[in-house]
Amino acid sequence: MKAGTNLEKVLEAGHFAVTCEVGPPKGTNPDSVRKKGGQVKGFADAINVTDNQTAIVRMCSLAGCTLLKQVGVEPVMQMVVRDRNRIGLQSDVLGAIALGINNILCLSGDHQKFGNHPTAKNVFDLDSIQLISALKRMRDEKKFINGEDISGEVPLFIGAAENPFADPFEWRVVRLGKKIKAGVDFIQTQAIFDVKKFSRWMEMVRNEGLDKKVHILGGVIPVKAAGMARYMQTSVPGVAVPDEVVSRMKGAKDPKEEGLKMAVELIQQIKEIPGVHGVHIMAVGWEEMVPVITEKAGLLPRPVV
Amino acid sequence: MIKGERKPLPEIRKLIAPYKKVLILGCNTCTAICFAGGEKEVAALASTLRITDGKDKVFTEGIVRRQCEKEYILEARKQMEEADVIVSLACALGVQAVVEHFPQFDILPGLNTSFLGIPMEHAVFNEKCIACGDCIIGLTGGLCPFSRCAKSLFNGPCGGSVGGRCEISKDVPCVWQQILDRLKSLGRLTVMEDVVPIRDWVSNSAKGPRTIVKADMKLPEPLKVEASSAGIIKR
Repeated sequence: MKAGTNLEKVLEAGHFAVTCEVGPPKGTNPDSVRKKGGQVKGFADAINVTDNQTAIVRMCSLAGCTLLKQVGVEPVMQMVVRDRNRIGLQSDVLGAIALGINNILCLSGDHQKFGNHPTAKNVFDLDSIQLISALKRMRDEKKFINGEDISGEVPLFIGAAENPFADPFEWRVVRLGKKIKAGVDFIQTQAIFDVKKFSRWMEMVRNEGLDKKVHILGGVIPVKAAGMARYMQTSVPGVAVPDEVVSRMKGAKDPKEEGLKMAVELIQQIKEIPGVHGVHIMAVGWEEMVPVITEKAGLLPRPVV
Repeated sequence: MIKGERKPLPEIRKLIAPYKKVLILGCNTCTAICFAGGEKEVAALASTLRITDGKDKVFTEGIVRRQCEKEYILEARKQMEEADVIVSLACALGVQAVVEHFPQFDILPGLNTSFLGIPMEHAVFNEKCIACGDCIIGLTGGLCPFSRCAKSLFNGPCGGSVGGRCEISKDVPCVWQQILDRLKSLGRLTVMEDVVPIRDWVSNSAKGPRTIVKADMKLPEPLKVEASSAGIIKR
């Protein structure tokens, strides 16, 4: 065991893992995070807390993770390299571990252009792959990037994202290989709508033997409305939504019901693909549906490990 | 070369408000090439300002070959002496070279110095370098990811690269797609399979403003004094 987190134990025991996501508030109220945590408690093995997602200023991920822990939910702290240099990043890792947060997900972060402070200066001292390598060294060698020793234990279960739908398609598997070389333990993919393309990507992953080296969790976004599907199709970087999804949502009598149904179908299809070790349900703003989705997809009860 | 764009007129007018005699001083090198600080642009700004502020101000026009070097700034010495203030249409280096060598003159920037770039076609310029001090483009097929990737990634492309375009705009090519395409065509794609390690930015900022001293080219002391008292180094 690298960190002994629930997520790591579930994956290492060979169970099909479930993670989901909570977005912290654009404000100071701790109850919203606790409430969302309470809604998904027992229905997922760990819950991501986003880090100023889409570059919109929100309560920090570290505080959000701490609030989740208060209600007995295991967090995954998302860390983007957009807003902090190596001093800030490593400092937050130390703080997270001190507070019992040991799953960390390394991301580049959406460009600030998409957020509510588009005139901000970005940092990008490291990129996400280099952050993985830094965390691995912190854990395995107990050393900072500069080579100095870290006092205390550094148990970390290191995650990253990968987008099988971005270009160049063939390079995506090579880039996953780079993340594995850097030391990643688990991957949560970008939202899957095109299962065929995802299957092709997984086939390439298996051909390289990478599914044996990293736990891959397929990303699923339950869609609430046709408008949301279209918005993701046109305006969310890196998300590929086929036209069929938009038209299916358009034609639905009860779009919410249809969206949930579609999410359940996607999970069932993803689960059948060899080498996939779990799903990551991104129901941001719709957290209360996670129990329904996991139940209908046959993912309950969650294993106790 | 260094690229720049003229500041908006209201900003220039605000900057020159306290002065009477204003010299618009262009530079015939980089900013002339990007149509921001050459002879034509000096004349255009001067005529505009004569219309807007000509009642209580006098505008003169001047240009030097390179405003970033003392011996060329001297070409405009007389004009500078006659003005209350200089509005420079050189880059920020030109402005600061005047401050460095002629601290007795007051000078204001008339341009925003934009970036280091090249012309892509007539009157279109693209950023290509951030002058980071540790060039890695030998690894990336001659394309600079720091200046040309919106996230300055070392191990790109990020998940926002679609159809060869950057996530920030369909008008912006994804340089990582370009890098991979080029390395592939050169048969060198495998170099990108290894993780590009965490970078040392010391060469960029940790020592404060950067200085280059070419010890073998430095003038010996007596010659230096002579050159400086003459006010010019003969070439």
